[in-house]
Amino acid sequence: MIRLPLVLFLSATLFSIGVYGVLARRNAVLVLMSIELMLNAVNINLVAFGAALHDLTGQVFALFVITVAAAEVGIGLAIVILIYRNRETINVDEVNLLKW
Amino acid sequence: MTGAEIAFVIIGLVAVVGALRVVTARNVVRAALYLVVTLSAVAGVYLLLSAEFVAWVQILIYVGAIVILFLFGLMLTKAPIGREALDNQRRGVAFLVGLAILAGLVYLIQGAFDWDAARIEPFEGSVAAVGSSIFSRFVLPFEVISFLLLAALIGAIVLSRKEDRP
Amino acid sequence: MVAAESAESIVEAIQDPSWFLRYSWLIAFLPAVAAAFTFFVGKRTPGKGSVYGISALAAALVMSLGVLWTFVGGERGFYEASIPWFQIGQLHMEVGVYVDGLTAVMLVVVTSISLCVHIYSLGYMKGDVRYTWFYVVISLFTSAMLVVVLANNLFQLLVGWEVMGVCSYLLIGHWWEDPVNSGSAIKAFITTRVGDVPFMFGIFVLVFITGFTTSNIPKISEIVSSGGASVALVSAAALLLFGGSIGKSAQFPLHVWLPDAMAGPTPVSALIHAATMVAAGVYLVGRLFIVFLDADPIVLQIVAIVAGITMLGAALMAFTQDDIKRVLAYSTISQLAYMIAGMSMGPAGRTGAFFHLFTHAFFKALLFLGSGAVIHAVHSNNMSEMGGLRRRLPITFWTFLIGSLALSGVPPLAGFWSKDELLVVAEHEGHPVLFVVLLVTALLTAFYMTRAVLMTFYGEYRGHGEPHEAPRSMTGVLVALASVTVVAGFVGSPQLGAVFGDWVYFRELEEALFVPWVAVLSTLAALGGILIGYGLYRDYQARDPLRSLGGAYTLVANKFYIDDFYWKGIVRPIRDDVSSGVYWNDRHVIDGVVNGTAAFTKVLARGVNWFDEHVIDGAVNGLANIAGFTGGLLRYIQSGNVQRYAVFLFTGIVVLAVIFTKI
Repeated sequence: MIRLPLVLFLSATLFSIGVYGVLARRNAVLVLMSIELMLNAVNINLVAFGAALHDLTGQVFALFVITVAAAEVGIGLAIVILIYRNRETINVDEVNLLKW
Repeated sequence: MTGAEIAFVIIGLVAVVGALRVVTARNVVRAALYLVVTLSAVAGVYLLLSAEFVAWVQILIYVGAIVILFLFGLMLTKAPIGREALDNQRRGVAFLVGLAILAGLVYLIQGAFDWDAARIEPFEGSVAAVGSSIFSRFVLPFEVISFLLLAALIGAIVLSRKEDRP
Repeated sequence: MVAAESAESIVEAIQDPSWFLRYSWLIAFLPAVAAAFTFFVGKRTPGKGSVYGISALAAALVMSLGVLWTFVGGERGFYEASIPWFQIGQLHMEVGVYVDGLTAVMLVVVTSISLCVHIYSLGYMKGDVRYTWFYVVISLFTSAMLVVVLANNLFQLLVGWEVMGVCSYLLIGHWWEDPVNSGSAIKAFITTRVGDVPFMFGIFVLVFITGFTTSNIPKISEIVSSGGASVALVSAAALLLFGGSIGKSAQFPLHVWLPDAMAGPTPVSALIHAATMVAAGVYLVGRLFIVFLDADPIVLQIVAIVAGITMLGAALMAFTQDDIKRVLAYSTISQLAYMIAGMSMGPAGRTGAFFHLFTHAFFKALLFLGSGAVIHAVHSNNMSEMGGLRRRLPITFWTFLIGSLALSGVPPLAGFWSKDELLVVAEHEGHPVLFVVLLVTALLTAFYMTRAVLMTFYGEYRGHGEPHEAPRSMTGVLVALASVTVVAGFVGSPQLGAVFGDWVYFRELEEALFVPWVAVLSTLAALGGILIGYGLYRDYQARDPLRSLGGAYTLVANKFYIDDFYWKGIVRPIRDDVSSGVYWNDRHVIDGVVNGTAAFTKVLARGVNWFDEHVIDGAVNGLANIAGFTGGLLRYIQSGNVQRYAVFLFTGIVVLAVIFTKI
């Protein structure tokens, strides 16, 4: 008996916080964490809609998203470690070779 | 305001607070731990939304594996501690952007759903049903996902390998 | 010879012309051919080309004698032949010959003197730097003079006239390395040119009289004598023609060129400036005599005045000359004036004038060639450096003496007969003033010639070096001419029938007259002049006794300042001021325009270049710069910072989401 918009508000809030984190954090790992927040927000959305429509598709998709997130974090951290190895830092502000 | 709803609000608040602490903590380890809190809260929300399997997988994968990975990553990269070390100069802009996204989304949700009419009723969801759905209707995405995992696995190994060519 | 008794007009065409008449055009043609031969192959011929001119002239002389023989045999008429040349509108131009007794006499004179000069030059011009060219030009000149004499129409005469002028210029300036010689040549040419302009206009008037159809001389004479033209027109024509005579025959006021023309080689002086070219002016008046006769009487009076002034002035100027050739030059001017004066006295005077021309040609040529022998011996023209040459140059002396006696008018030599005839005409036809002037001039002539002879051949030799007699090519000619001078006068002497009058007459035969007292008077004048000269110059050593005349001497010695007047008043202003003005105009105005246009074009080009560089290239470069500039600005977006990119990304998403849901 949960009102759907309420759930969606939660999802929106988590997503916004995730966006802030992606943009504001210096540490690459923390950026990845913020991305996880965003993905979780999306998952909540999916599951909520699945529950509202009595369709399991939402849940299945949420499972898939979780799997993809896991893979992504794996690769992401591998890259972070590589960057750390090459540049002694994982401060995203300092990784700016593409700068003009 | 039903009981489920109240429970949902409480868990939701926990999640939000945890998320806020994730993005504002000065200690990276504390950020990771607050992430655990948030992810657990999200699992709770799944339970309220009749998605037991997803909640269980959430705990298993997210909290159990991904956060550990994060902690390992933090450990291996010797992340520094402190406000200036962790937050960059564009905090203001980021805050505004986040706020804008929140405002936009809220606005859209407002316009899209009637506050009282849209309700989530609990329903019978079982693991078996999910499993059969995956392996019948979504078998292809399932296979692709496995492929993806394989690729990610190999990729991570390749990337992390030290160069030992002469 | 005076006014006729037989009144038939005997000017009729000759029936059955002899071979000599029909081929008389060859007389003028052969020397021209010789000139061409000498020009092209002369240098390679042995003798350096003189053989062509000499052989051509010899042939021409033979033919001229043949022509004369026709008239000696009593023929009276004329022979005319011509071929049409071209036609402009109504004007017919022809090339032709007109031969009558006068023509025959002139032919003989010209060819014989020219032949003498050709032979004489073998010795005189030997080793000259332009020996062959010399022969080319004197042969060409002779041909031109013969063209003038033979011409049957005025344009052909003009052609010969002008060619003579050019050859005279070339020959006076033969040694042009010395600017004095080239200056004299230019002076001669330009002065005669000044006379040629009225001459040409005279021709135009005469052609106009014929209605612009022809310049044929017999036809013009016909029209004028039959009254086909107004007296005013005829008088104008006569005066204009006379202008040409004044120039060519060196009469006052165009006499100034002849003394300076002595800068040329002596054979040239003999041929051109004594016997032939200067006589052409006289011949012109004589040939177109009807024009002068039928003009207003004032024309002939003007002619007489000009002749009188020239006669006396030139004779006076001959007194003060130190250069022997200049004495002879002034003498020539004076004697030409005699002839012109004769022309002014009517038909009888015309015959007398031509008789004088005939005799004068021989003894003047003789005198010039003789002076050439003297100059050749002492290498100087100045009589003050001569003296006592009587013994060293005997042949030259005797021939020169004969020549000067003839010129002075001592009987029985040629000059006496011709001068006497002119005096008789003057007396008989009623020209008292001219009579006196002629007589006085005869006295003066005798005087200055005696002076010349005494200064040159008597006394002690005042020069340096060893004078010796001239080679045989020169002395032979002198002897020949002297012989002719002795006998030539007899063709005109009344005692022997005056056959000259049978050859040269105007319309009607004249009767020869012999007036004893005139003859005595003229002889006395001659002897008187000789005595005065002898008295003054017998003991000539260094100082000319005439100098004691002081101011009068200076006046005459400076040629009455006529030359100075011409030079300062005419030549110098034109040469210096006018020409420098024209030059300034050319340099500054005309070149200024040209250079100005160029400079303007340069400025214009510079402007266009500036435009091209700054505006057009500027636009092109500007576009490139804008692209670069914009790129330079835009690159700042690329911060390299992923989170910054994410900011833009999310902001964009929000904006787009709002937009798309609102649409």
